[in-house]
Amino acid sequence: MGSVLASDGVYLPDTVQTAVKLLVVGHFAVGKTTFVGTLSEIRPLRTEETMTQAGALTDDLAGVPDKTTTTVAMDFGRLTLNDHLVLYLFGAPGQRRFTQLWRDMTYGALGALVLADTRRLEHSFDVMGLLEEHGLPYAVAVNHFDGAPVFAEEELREALDLLPETPLVTCDARDRRSSTQALISLVQYLYSRNRQERA
Amino acid sequence: MTPPGKKRGLVRPYVITDGRAHPTRNTLDLVTLVIAAGGETGGLSPEKRRVMELCRGGSLSVAEVAGHLRIPVSVTKVLLSDLVDSGHIVTRSPIPSAELPEPQILQEVLDGLRARL
Repeated sequence: MGSVLASDGVYLPDTVQTAVKLLVVGHFAVGKTTFVGTLSEIRPLRTEETMTQAGALTDDLAGVPDKTTTTVAMDFGRLTLNDHLVLYLFGAPGQRRFTQLWRDMTYGALGALVLADTRRLEHSFDVMGLLEEHGLPYAVAVNHFDGAPVFAEEELREALDLLPETPLVTCDARDRRSSTQALISLVQYLYSRNRQERA
Repeated sequence: MTPPGKKRGLVRPYVITDGRAHPTRNTLDLVTLVIAAGGETGGLSPEKRRVMELCRGGSLSVAEVAGHLRIPVSVTKVLLSDLVDSGHIVTRSPIPSAELPEPQILQEVLDGLRARL
């Protein structure tokens, strides 16, 4: 392990003083891991958290109390933006039941990019609802999948029930430039909101 | 039972943390940056020594420490906050959540992203 970690680029430059984070969220298989991997300067890392859920009926041979555990994974990547600032991107599942994980993730986050898939737009509602509950501003990026239906922006806005100010962009999570552009739209929105709230 | 082929630690997480589920301090966030401050590591548990070995190389976020060592974030926070208490690790604080981020930070994020296009 030591040799891997000693390789270039694992550690942050000594001058970095500030770390900020943005979330990349969305339903299962919407492209979160791909998006984070496309933009990250390090090989994306994964953390796993074991969540215990009480009450489920299980038929455990050992007769252990009726608890089930789920493993929830979070993929994240890193972008060093200048000599003192680093941005972390956390890709996480949109399930409501992972309350603690959501609290940890949203704490101190600047905002979130919601990835959506035009083949199952309704699957994005849960995660948008969660972000609203946590008071985290977001932009929506429709991830392009080959063969997925293409809709006009107005149709998408209506289907996703977006506020007029919520940015809606399309992106290809496999493409660095396109994914960077989607993040820029999000941060531009965060910046203008921030100015308004301070005014 | 651990399924064969799955590379997991030999002990369950609460053993690593002496049975504690919560860190001694709540100031550690996923993106809090940590670095080794030095100090004698001989008396530390094997897991804490692994943390120290990793953190000796330079700054990393709490999430990266968890990811590299394949330890859950909750356990990593317990280990790191112990190591902060004992003077082995120093932290750099992240931006607090209650306050709006400084516009200057957002501007820098924007500039940094644009420079990548």
